[in-house]
Amino acid sequence: MSVLVDENTRLLVQGLTGREGGFHTGQAIEYGTKVVAGVTPGKGGTVWKGATGSRNVPVFNTVAEAVETTGANVSVIFVPPAFAADATMEAADAGLPLVVCITEGIPTFDMIRVKQFLAGSNTRLIGPNCPGIISPGKCKVGIMPGSIHKPGNVGVISRSGTLTYEAVGQLTSLGIGQSTCIGIGGDPIIGTSFVDALRLMNDDPETHAMVLIGEIGGSAEEDAAQFIKERVRKPVTGFICGRTAPPGRRMGHAGAIISGGKGTATDKIAALQAAGVTVADSPALIGETMARVLGVVSH
Amino acid sequence: MKIHEYQAKQILGRYGVAVPRGEVISRVEEARVAAERLGGGTVVVKAQIHAGGRGKGGGVKLARNSAEAEKVAGDILGMTLVTHQTGPEGRVVRKVLIEEGLDVARELYLGLVIDRAIGCPVFMASNEGGVEIEVVAAQHPEKILKESIDPGVGFQAFQARKLAFGLGLEGVQVTEAVKFFAALYRAFEGTDASLTEINPFVVTRDGRLLALDAKMNFDDNALFRHREIRELRDLDEEDPLEVKASNSGLNYIRLDGNVGCMVNGAGLAMATMDIIQYAGGRPANFLDVGGGASEEQVRKGFEIILGDPNVRAVLINIFGGIMRCDIVANGVVGAAKSLGIKVPVVVRLEGTNVELGQKILRESELNFTVANGMKDAAEKVVSLARH
Repeated sequence: MSVLVDENTRLLVQGLTGREGGFHTGQAIEYGTKVVAGVTPGKGGTVWKGATGSRNVPVFNTVAEAVETTGANVSVIFVPPAFAADATMEAADAGLPLVVCITEGIPTFDMIRVKQFLAGSNTRLIGPNCPGIISPGKCKVGIMPGSIHKPGNVGVISRSGTLTYEAVGQLTSLGIGQSTCIGIGGDPIIGTSFVDALRLMNDDPETHAMVLIGEIGGSAEEDAAQFIKERVRKPVTGFICGRTAPPGRRMGHAGAIISGGKGTATDKIAALQAAGVTVADSPALIGETMARVLGVVSH
Repeated sequence: MKIHEYQAKQILGRYGVAVPRGEVISRVEEARVAAERLGGGTVVVKAQIHAGGRGKGGGVKLARNSAEAEKVAGDILGMTLVTHQTGPEGRVVRKVLIEEGLDVARELYLGLVIDRAIGCPVFMASNEGGVEIEVVAAQHPEKILKESIDPGVGFQAFQARKLAFGLGLEGVQVTEAVKFFAALYRAFEGTDASLTEINPFVVTRDGRLLALDAKMNFDDNALFRHREIRELRDLDEEDPLEVKASNSGLNYIRLDGNVGCMVNGAGLAMATMDIIQYAGGRPANFLDVGGGASEEQVRKGFEIILGDPNVRAVLINIFGGIMRCDIVANGVVGAAKSLGIKVPVVVRLEGTNVELGQKILRESELNFTVANGMKDAAEKVVSLARH
């Protein structure tokens, strides 16, 4: 099994006819993801052929029409920041249970409104400002390189993009496969928190352990520590980047900022350790730390 | 993005928030006239820099008349003001705000921030004005009143009244405060601010309510829809290399070490800084080249990093997921050749075609050290920076 995306996922791409949307959809199809529709207002009725010219994905004007016609059940959003909040709400309005927003740069107030719009609906949002979600061997929704992943039983939850790939690459090279990897994103206001993702993985019989990749800013890791202490009985390891980050500066990600002394890597590491999480001292030891905890003999 | 106090007061004034009368000047000759326009009596001369603690650092002074205002302005303009927020090197004061003196009876605190945990704006108020709010939050959290704002309906009058009565305001002051707080929230929301702080928020002896100081920070992600805010940017308050980087579309933050680094992805970039320290070195910067990692981006990255004279060695850490390592390697070689780079460069590549990429680097006849994995890369670059 896996969480949220698998061989039953029927993917709709908002922004399919744009450069990013088009490129990553080609990659997704190569990986085996079932892409059933694209949405670009004004291009409804056309067929997207992809760079190879051999793809045949119908394009619709609205998400509602795309869902009704194709039975899409997940959307991925590759839409510029000024329009991405609107695209997210459109997807929720169309009743999609899962929306993955890749876009970086969405204004915080827009995301505040999106969160309120989504509250009480059946739509789960992953992101924004995230690489997406992948269940290796089954379905890839986002921009992560499929080839570094390996099917298995360790769940990965991360605020980062390439640091997630680093962690996944290390796990794979040690023979430790992944059930699902969720990039929750680097923004301060996101749809799925560490706690939300941990809850899913805690309930997934095919996920036997979790790796948590956090960073400075906010209190999501502290909340995760609380949840782990109370509810999680599977092994959890992790890494928190930003020990060397200066206070008050936004370190790339909009959510990666130490504010008023709060949100430091040191505090997060301490909270997680107190909850029984084994936190790697170095980013080069993320895979090894999980291997040790699982008692895996490295190849 | 940050702005000066005088700019924040201009914005707030436009939204109907009561601010003291004042004028910003950048030359001593302008001080006397400015003070006279304010009535010729007591004025406050305030250094305008993007950092707090200006008063304690000697950047805020009273002047009893316009002649004294000129003298005080002369002292403060051009001074290197050191506060607990500027770092020991301080900041040169290029502008001062000449503001009417007020007869202050009470100093209170108001703050508007985004609460990430609950996903909405929060309006904070406290009787403890004129002091650091983090100290109050740590020692007396019960003294900070908070109202969470529903983004759909906005800040409501009853919420403003709760805060006003909670602050011990009475009579007509409550009505004034409700107007003040509502206007403050409209300014915060209307400009896509990430923080708005009035510290102190004062009650004068004759019962008026004003923002004696004002700080506004803005959501960088929203600047595209606020040209009037973008125009307030003061490049003199930013590190020149960071300005150059942002003009090139690179995310760069200068630190004080001697190992430069260039990475694709913010999390991996932070982790790279961390592992440099773990290996006994000191990172010189944060630099995220983003998803591109093209030759053009790498060249710009090198130029920025090497613009820092402290840098003794550079680590390039690229996890090329979609972008193939041979393409990245060609870009790195091309950039280094075109710039004639002399410092040792350690390159760690990961992803598709990694062996081919490493081969290209080794055969380039440039001063490249190829690393396998982050641990090897960090140890190599730290060692090279020592020699």
